[in-house]
Amino acid sequence: MHEAKKNFLDGMKAELPLLVGVFPFGLIYGALAVNAGLSRLAAQAMSAIVFAGSAQFVTAQLVADSAPALVIVLTIAIVNIRHMLYSASLAPYLKDVSVKWKALLAYLLTDEAYAPSIIYYEKNGVTPFSHWFLFGAGCALWINWQISTALGIFLVGYLTENDILKTIPLDFALPLTFIAMVVPILKDKPLTLAALSAGGTALLAQALPFKLGLILAALVGIIVGTSLEKRA
Amino acid sequence: MKIWLAMLAGGLITFGMRFSLIYLFGKLEIPETLKRALRYVPPAVLAAIVFPELFYSGAQINLGPTNIRLMAGVVAILTAWFSKNTLLTILVGMLALVFLNLI
Repeated sequence: MHEAKKNFLDGMKAELPLLVGVFPFGLIYGALAVNAGLSRLAAQAMSAIVFAGSAQFVTAQLVADSAPALVIVLTIAIVNIRHMLYSASLAPYLKDVSVKWKALLAYLLTDEAYAPSIIYYEKNGVTPFSHWFLFGAGCALWINWQISTALGIFLVGYLTENDILKTIPLDFALPLTFIAMVVPILKDKPLTLAALSAGGTALLAQALPFKLGLILAALVGIIVGTSLEKRA
Repeated sequence: MKIWLAMLAGGLITFGMRFSLIYLFGKLEIPETLKRALRYVPPAVLAAIVFPELFYSGAQINLGPTNIRLMAGVVAILTAWFSKNTLLTILVGMLALVFLNLI
């Protein structure tokens, strides 16, 4: 098998278990967006145009609250700032690919495509076709996200009437996928303390608006980890 | 109409942020400390996403056994630690939460 195809399939395979967590999230988003007053077409289009779960949830909420467009745009921007960290983190592994590839992979760069990919790249380094791994992971996620959104939009009546979303705690699947990603990478003290300090900060900063607590917490964790490593 | 413009602008900004450093890398001189700091992006961001989901029930931090998401989360963390298996972690965590919901 060609190296590109192999890496693409490996990326898809690595993404599969995460899809179990993402699928219900897309389903809930689709239903929520329609309930918030978005048209079915707009709800689906947002999954392709913005392609970022938590920002889409917040946007649906803002639409329900009839927030001004500018507030929606700024909120999306702030909620998605963490993607700059992902961009920085993956950059060294993508430095040799064309600008077209960089743009395509950037479009696909979400939390759930980032997590398995950075684990792969930290382990395997850069090879001539290693960018196909992220492409595979991103494609698998993209397809899954569009389908689960569509299904949520389609099933909105059923999901709402039967209170399915309250009976079955489907939304818990997503934090579980992040637990599954983060725990195995805590291989030394600086990494572990980076996670713990970021988590602790996130708890304290939870009250900040626009999920700013998340970005503050991430920065604290990164600083703690880096400074502990220096001392070691 | 308004929502479409907001979506397009939000999508463009999101893309710009995702593209920014992938594009700029190699064009800028990046200090060594910053390069080393990148190693801590995954644990820091992922933990920052997970902690509030587990510790908050409603608007308050709840460390007790009545916080079933925290309890199920601990079960998931142990599963992830020992198995290093994503699918198993999600399934065991979900089952733990459904089970705790029942009792």
